[in-house]
Amino acid sequence: MFDTEFFNLGYLDRLSYQDTLIHRIDPRIKLFSAASFIVAVISFPKYSISGLFPFFLFPILFIALGDIPVRLILKKVLVVSPFALFVGIFNPLFDSRPALEVPGFTVSCGWVSFASIMLKFTLAISTALLLIATTSFPGICFALQKLRIPKAFVAQLLFLYRYIIVLMEETMKIIRARDMRSFGKRGNEMKHFVPLISVLFIRTVDRAERVYHAMLARGFNGKIYSARSYALTMADMLFIFTSIGLILLFRVVNLSKLIGRWTTG
Amino acid sequence: MHMADALLSPAVGTTFWAGALATIAYCSKKLKETMDERMVPLMGVLGAFIFAAQMINFTIPATGSSGHLGGGMILAVILGPYAAFIVMASVLTVQALFFADGGLLALGCNIWNLGIYPCFIAYPLIYKLLVSSGSTPGRITIASLISGVVGLQLGAFSVVIETLLSGRSELPFGTFVLLMQPVHLGIGIVEGFVTAGVINFIRSARPEILESTFSACPLSAGVSLKKVLIGLLIVALLTGGALSWFASANPDGLEWSIEKTFGKPELPEQDQGIAHALKKIQEITAFLPDYSFRKTEGKIESTEPEKKEAAWPKVEAGTSLSGVVGSTIVISMVLLIGFSVKAMRKKPKPE
Repeated sequence: MFDTEFFNLGYLDRLSYQDTLIHRIDPRIKLFSAASFIVAVISFPKYSISGLFPFFLFPILFIALGDIPVRLILKKVLVVSPFALFVGIFNPLFDSRPALEVPGFTVSCGWVSFASIMLKFTLAISTALLLIATTSFPGICFALQKLRIPKAFVAQLLFLYRYIIVLMEETMKIIRARDMRSFGKRGNEMKHFVPLISVLFIRTVDRAERVYHAMLARGFNGKIYSARSYALTMADMLFIFTSIGLILLFRVVNLSKLIGRWTTG
Repeated sequence: MHMADALLSPAVGTTFWAGALATIAYCSKKLKETMDERMVPLMGVLGAFIFAAQMINFTIPATGSSGHLGGGMILAVILGPYAAFIVMASVLTVQALFFADGGLLALGCNIWNLGIYPCFIAYPLIYKLLVSSGSTPGRITIASLISGVVGLQLGAFSVVIETLLSGRSELPFGTFVLLMQPVHLGIGIVEGFVTAGVINFIRSARPEILESTFSACPLSAGVSLKKVLIGLLIVALLTGGALSWFASANPDGLEWSIEKTFGKPELPEQDQGIAHALKKIQEITAFLPDYSFRKTEGKIESTEPEKKEAAWPKVEAGTSLSGVVGSTIVISMVLLIGFSVKAMRKKPKPE
């Protein structure tokens, strides 16, 4: 379980360094469109379903243009769905007013709002994943810094990012050692966990001390500098205008109903 | 429990984001003033530690189920509240981006729920008051237990409030609370024990790690007004929320005296004039009429309940014929666009 999560983290990270059309767009632009997208989707009222469908254009285009494997995104969306599912599934239980009578059964309003929740969930979560998959983490940190997020926090994000891999490897060694000595059952208890992470903690603090001295030896004076510079291009402006325009259009006009009425006369 | 985007409304989500950002800004400013340079790599590496430690599952005694560490309390004890909050916020950000844990809009809520309560409520108001550099391991355990439980109860209660204020879920307040609080009570106890275990271990193995923090984070002279206000706010929320169940159903003093005079507990309503206009405005804006949550109906209730089913509850289900046809067409078009883009990209790039 730890192994797969570690692998997934590295995989998503590697994907973010690809070089496609989408990857080349400025991180600030992508962050802004992703945020607007999510707010627009979430702002739909409780019972909206058809109005949400045009929004799937965005994740699908990102996946297609960004060379992101669909199965990875779908799997990750599925993995984090339990909480939304767990809370949403109560809607049909508590809201049983009929919404639609189809010969054979009635669909209650609760099921409609539940479906709406799950659609919004899929759209919002896939967008978050696709944002990181098409924009490297340092890119996002750059965008945050330009948005005037405090430097202390951005520096913390960058440091964290660097050392996650290091610590995951160390933790993996510890977990493997535990698994090999515990035959899967014994040894997983809390009373063994506490000394385990305490030792990991102390090793971490010592490592931080070594890192600090290494940084001092290389001239660290307290400030973090970023090397890569970004400039906005015409492609970026085109992207942001098109995406915001489409987001507004889809939010205000229910395209599904419109096309439906047009085709069914 | 991480809050999810789909259960939020934009208003609630952005409000909590504003709160989270304000706290990040405040902590960053505080750190710039007081921070020792060597904290920079320490915070980063400890963040990675929390991240990795959260992935180690352990079985909880007497239940057989597995759990994992939260970490806010340990960070607060070692780093102090401001640095600990920054570290927790950074860990949650990375989790939101790489693991889609909750979502980007809910990240604001999660930073609030999992950062504010351990770092600014549980740690300063409970742990710090109970523990000093000469405390026994037993005392540390008790302090950690209480802090862990309080921190997690507040966090879980916040999730309930956020969900309710957003109005996307039908779960009534009472049911949701009964589901969340007991579960998180258990989680809080476990977190408390693990925190105590780690702190006591460090104390016996490397006490200088803890000592440097006890001297580096002195309690400010007197108790800060901000903390008192926050504490009072929390108490008010808890009293209003939980204790109101036990509130008396008898009319309060004013209603009693009006009843004695007019025969009814409230004054007769006006049909015209400014009082009427104000009442109309209040009806629309009050989301807690008569101190209970208004049953949201999706759209404004029709004033003629005898109207046909089609007009009420005015659910935009999209399941009418044009809605279904339209939705199918839209989804097919979207998928078609996706596939053709993929196909076009494969052609000029022979792989």
